[in-house]
Amino acid sequence: MLSVENLHKSFGGVQATRDVTLDFPAGSLTAIIGPNGAGKTTFFNLISGHVRPDSGRVVFDGADVVGLSSLEIVRRGMARAFQVASLFPSLTVREALTAAVTAHQRRSWSLLSRFPLGQSRARVEELLELLGLAPKADLVSSSLSHGDQKLLDIGLALAMDPKVLLLDEPTAGMGPDERWRMIEKVHHLWQARRLTMVFIEHDMDIVFKYAQAVHVLKYGAVLAQGTPAEIRRNQDVIDAYLGTDHHLAVATGEVPA
Amino acid sequence: MRTGLARDLGIGLLCLVALLALPVLFPHPSLRDFLIYVIAYGLLAMSLNLLVGLTGLVSFGHAAYFASGAYVFGLLMQGGAVSIPVAMLAAVGGTALLALVIGAICVRLKEIYFSFITLAFQMFIHSIILTWVELTGGDQGLRGGIPRPPFLGIDLGEAGTLYGFCAVVFVLCLLVMRQVWQSPFGYTLRMIRDNPARANFLGVDVVRMKLGVFVLAGIMASVAGIIMALFVSGAFPEFGFWTTSGEAIFMIMLGGTQVFLGPVIGAFLLQLLNHYVTIWTHHHGLVLGIVILAIVLGLRRGVADYAAAWLAERRAASRPAAVPGPAETPAPAETKAVG
Repeated sequence: MLSVENLHKSFGGVQATRDVTLDFPAGSLTAIIGPNGAGKTTFFNLISGHVRPDSGRVVFDGADVVGLSSLEIVRRGMARAFQVASLFPSLTVREALTAAVTAHQRRSWSLLSRFPLGQSRARVEELLELLGLAPKADLVSSSLSHGDQKLLDIGLALAMDPKVLLLDEPTAGMGPDERWRMIEKVHHLWQARRLTMVFIEHDMDIVFKYAQAVHVLKYGAVLAQGTPAEIRRNQDVIDAYLGTDHHLAVATGEVPA
Repeated sequence: MRTGLARDLGIGLLCLVALLALPVLFPHPSLRDFLIYVIAYGLLAMSLNLLVGLTGLVSFGHAAYFASGAYVFGLLMQGGAVSIPVAMLAAVGGTALLALVIGAICVRLKEIYFSFITLAFQMFIHSIILTWVELTGGDQGLRGGIPRPPFLGIDLGEAGTLYGFCAVVFVLCLLVMRQVWQSPFGYTLRMIRDNPARANFLGVDVVRMKLGVFVLAGIMASVAGIIMALFVSGAFPEFGFWTTSGEAIFMIMLGGTQVFLGPVIGAFLLQLLNHYVTIWTHHHGLVLGIVILAIVLGLRRGVADYAAAWLAERRAASRPAAVPGPAETPAPAETKAVG
């Protein structure tokens, strides 16, 4: 579904992405991990067309999308949620989702009809149910709790009915319990919609429990890739990132509900 | 939704009836003049608010389209070849074209840069008006009056008919803008106002949408200019001077950006202030400044926005705690990166 080949990007003298080659098969759930400054978010910016790579290919749905605008890439079905929820503060949850669905249906230019369009309604209600935001549908986005804001951010991306969904730290800024609830919801969305999902995550317990594949970045380069079990045993990863304190033991143990 | 449309049409009709009845109930010629000013400037402010309040684009040069509407209309009528409706359509179409060309450059810029380039284009148009004396009459304006030949049995030379005509055009324009405000297009503009980068990531072509509303706002401003030209029977360079744009921004600030009719209320208040303050003192600029300061610092938003928020608060307070639900903690202003 999505693959990158020999991707390079530097900002001034800093090589943010070096020779990254990764593959994300259709329907997969992949985690990207790495220490701060490893180039994870830059990697997302490169594949979503927000930043143009210096060299390399990004093949999305069978076509090289390097050089296309972020708008064209979005319209081909690559959606994105953000580390800090990126919302429309003055719109209610329902308005925001409806506007997003309307954009996806290419009816943003509709001047002679009234908002909301009938054709968007079923889709919006379905999204509200899926996200569990139905009871809060008429609240203004900026008044939502942090966790709900993150959910709505993902919901906006889902409104695009994407083929690939990029999640930049879906659990950022959450307490431990909230994190697990969040990632379970994300996992549920992935199962329900069978889309190709890539998420950046710092919590190793979450990564090892939910990801099918793990890609480890360090200083912009791929340090390791493999299944969670392989990554857990990989000496390079342990040295560079996980540390020797074997906080990994926790990952195999019980998971808080 | 059908109900929304029916409601808006009903309210529009009520507004029209009120506008037409007022001069009949209080037959003082100065009231009619006062109301035509409110109509023309209110329409200008409303059209500017499509950019400011709905899309988050603060244009400092909106009067350019007001002037363009007035001048094109005035020149065509003085030429004597066309009727009033044809001249109106041509003035609106010409202004739309002008706004399309200027907008195509402006909407690519953001925030303060957008504001300043709109101002620059306005000054450019203003200086064309001043220097092309043979066409525009320079700083004297279009002199000799604008002929108002009757069309379809309507004689705009008669003051009462002219007022009625302006009121009808005004309400029609309000209805058009209300439709824009409530359409999927309008809600997409709200997305752009709140978070253009996110709108882009949801597949919204932000630049083209901005250009679309820029042209629409220009069209509506040109109608305001035509009404003004009809009323004063001329067109003057001040129509395209930055102070006219500034006045429209004043009206929006005074009335409010988020309540649909806020700018008209602002236009009404500003005209009222202008009218009464100039009777009492020569220092009306000083008084206006103090009033604006009081509203900006005291209410921190326009009068209509303030009233709407106050009403919403009261409604929320009077409603029994119907939704008990778990108290949600508001989002932290800044999310900490988890490392």
